[in-house]
Amino acid sequence: MSITTLKRTAAAFAESQDDEQLLGSPTALWKTTLGRLLRRKTGVIGLIFIGTMMSIAVAAPLLAPYDPMQVLIGIEDVKKRTAPCIHILGCDGAKPQHILGTDGNVRDLFSRIIYGARVSLSIGFTTVGFAVTFGVMLGAIAGFWGGWVDNLIMRIMDVILGFPSLLLAIAIVAVLGPGLRNALLAIAIVTLPAYARVMRASVLSIKELDYVAASRALGASRLRILLVRVVPNAMTPIVVLSTLGIASAILDAAGLSFLGLGAQPPTPEWGTMLGSERNQVFNAPHLVFFPGIAIMITVLGFNLLGDGLRDALDPRLND
Amino acid sequence: MLGYIIRRIFMSIPVLFGILLVTFALARMVPGTPCKAILGEKTTPEICAKFDAKFGFDKPVYVQFAVYVGNVAQGDFGNSIRFSRPVAQILIERLPMTIELALGGLVLAILVGVPLGIASAMRHNTSVDVGTMIFANIGISMPVFWLGLMLAYAFALLLKGTPFWLPPSGRLSAGLTSVPFYEVWGWAITAGTFWAKFLEFISNHFIFNALITGDWELFKDAVRHLILPVITLSTIPMAIIARMTRSSLLEVLGRDYIRTAHAKGAGERRVVINHALRNALLPVVTILGLQLGALLGGAVLTETVFGLAGVGRMLFEAITARDYPIIQTFTVVIAVSYMMINLIVDVSYGFLDPRIRLE
Repeated sequence: MSITTLKRTAAAFAESQDDEQLLGSPTALWKTTLGRLLRRKTGVIGLIFIGTMMSIAVAAPLLAPYDPMQVLIGIEDVKKRTAPCIHILGCDGAKPQHILGTDGNVRDLFSRIIYGARVSLSIGFTTVGFAVTFGVMLGAIAGFWGGWVDNLIMRIMDVILGFPSLLLAIAIVAVLGPGLRNALLAIAIVTLPAYARVMRASVLSIKELDYVAASRALGASRLRILLVRVVPNAMTPIVVLSTLGIASAILDAAGLSFLGLGAQPPTPEWGTMLGSERNQVFNAPHLVFFPGIAIMITVLGFNLLGDGLRDALDPRLND
Repeated sequence: MLGYIIRRIFMSIPVLFGILLVTFALARMVPGTPCKAILGEKTTPEICAKFDAKFGFDKPVYVQFAVYVGNVAQGDFGNSIRFSRPVAQILIERLPMTIELALGGLVLAILVGVPLGIASAMRHNTSVDVGTMIFANIGISMPVFWLGLMLAYAFALLLKGTPFWLPPSGRLSAGLTSVPFYEVWGWAITAGTFWAKFLEFISNHFIFNALITGDWELFKDAVRHLILPVITLSTIPMAIIARMTRSSLLEVLGRDYIRTAHAKGAGERRVVINHALRNALLPVVTILGLQLGALLGGAVLTETVFGLAGVGRMLFEAITARDYPIIQTFTVVIAVSYMMINLIVDVSYGFLDPRIRLE
C-alpha cells in the first residue's frame, strides 16, 4: 500500500468519524429511517396515497353524499345502473347528481366507494396484524429453540406453502363459511409462513451475536433474551414484509369477495361491489371500473411505501 | 445431481403426506354432509345412509383417509359425486385448458418482463427506467379480475367491428370443435386404456392439437380466445419479473468483473448479455418458481372472469358443492406440480451457476 493511499484511507476514516451516527448523540433507528424514507419519491408517494385513503376512511360520513346502504328507489328519480352524472361537467341539472353513477340496487356508487375505504383498510391491518403476531411468534420460537420444535413448526409452514395461497384460502373459507371475518382469517393463515420464515432466519443469525452472548453471561433467562434482545433486533425485515403484506392482503381479500366468499352484500366492500356487477360490465362499465381503481390506488400506496421502507432500512443502500 | 434429485423427491414425501392430510381434513370439515349437498336438504336419513355406504362415508374418518391415500398411490382418484364420472376423466378434460393458460401467462411474463428489466437496468434512472418501474408497480397493484373485465370491455365491446376484436369468453367459437390428432391421423386406439387416456389428454391442448394437425382456422380461433386471459394472468408475474431482473442486474453491473470486461473493450451489449445477465438471472429463476403458485391462484379468478372450464374454476365449484373426490384430487395435482416446478427450479441453479453444487 503506497503512502498516498494510506493517507487517503486515513482521511476517509476521519471523515466518517464526523458522521453524526458515530460522534454526537445516538439517533433512533426509526428517526434515521423516517428521514431516509422521506428523501425517496416512492416512499413519499406511497405515504400520500395511504394518507389520502385513511383520511377518506375517517371522514367517510362527511364526504359521502348518500348513505352507502340506502336504496334510492322512491326517494329520487333515478334508475338502477345509471351512468355518472356530475352537474358542473354538463349533466342535466334537473337530474340528481351521482358522481360515479348508481349501482344495480340503485345506491350511490361514490358513497359506497368512500365507505369501502374503511372496509379495505381494516382488512389490510387486521389480517397482517394477525399474521405478523403469530408468524413472528412461531418463527422466533423455531429459530431460538431449534431442534425438533424448529422442525415441527417449519414442516407445518412447508405444508401451508405447498398450496397456492389463494386456493388454500378458498378452501379454508369453504370450511369456515363465507364472510368477511373468515376470509380475513384464511388470508392470515396462508400468509403466516412468510413471516415465520423471515423471523426464523433473522433470529438464527442474531442469536449468535456477541450482545446475546453477553446477555446470557449476565444470567438473563432464555425468554428474556428472546423477547428483549433477539426479537426487537429481528423486526426490521418484518416491518418491510408486513407493509407489502397489507397490499397483498387487500388484493386477496378483494379476490375472495369477488368470488362471493368474502364480504357479503350489502357491505360496501370494493371486491364484492365488483363481483356482484361483473356480468354488467358491457352495460355499466363504471360499476366495475371505479371499485377496481379504488383497490389499485390503495394497494399501490402500500406497495410503494413497502419499497421505500426497504430502501430506507437496507444498510447497503445507505447514502 | 441424480442423487440430489432422488433425495429431494424423498424429502418431499412428508410434505406431500401433509398436503394429503390437510386436503382430506379440509374437505371433511366443510360444513354439511355430501349427501345433503348432492341430493338436496330434504333427503331422508335412510337414503343418506345408503348414499354414505355407497361412497364409504359411513366408515370412520381414519379408515376413509387410509383408503384415500391407498387409492391415490394407485392412481385411482374415484368418481366425482356431483357428476358421477371418474375424477381422472374430468382432470383430462379440464387440466389442458389451465396448462395452456398458465404456460401462456408464464411465457408472456418472461418474454416481456426480462427485457423490460434489462432495459430498465441499462438505462438506470432515465425515463425508460422510471416508466418501467411505474408500470411494474401498477402491475402488481391491480386486481387480476378487474384487469380481465376491463380488457374484455375494451377488446370485446369498444373494438367490436375492428380487426382487434377479441372474444370475451369461452375457449372456441360456437360451431368449431377440436378433432383429436389421433382421429385425424386414423390411429387405431382401444378406448379405456391408459394410452388412450394419455392421447386424449394431449389432444385436449387445443392449440397444440391444432398446430400438429395443421388446422389453422381452429388454431387462430383458440389463440384469439386465449389472448385476453393470458394477458390478464401474466400482468402480475410480468411486473415482478421486471423488478427482480432490474434490481438483480443493477447489483451485478456494479461488480468488479463487469468493470474488467468493459476495460478489455467489450461492447455494452456483450457485457450485459454475456457477462452480467447470466449471473443476474438466478434470483429471477427463483421468483419464477414461486410465481407459478400465484399463477395457479390467479387462474381461478381469470377462469371465472373469462368463463373458461379449467382446473381452477372446477376446484372452486367443487369446494362450494362439497364434491370431496374432486377437491382432494385437484388440490393434490396442483400441489404436486407446484412442488415439482420448484424442484426443477432448484436443479436449474446448477446449470445457471456452475459454482452451485447441489448436495
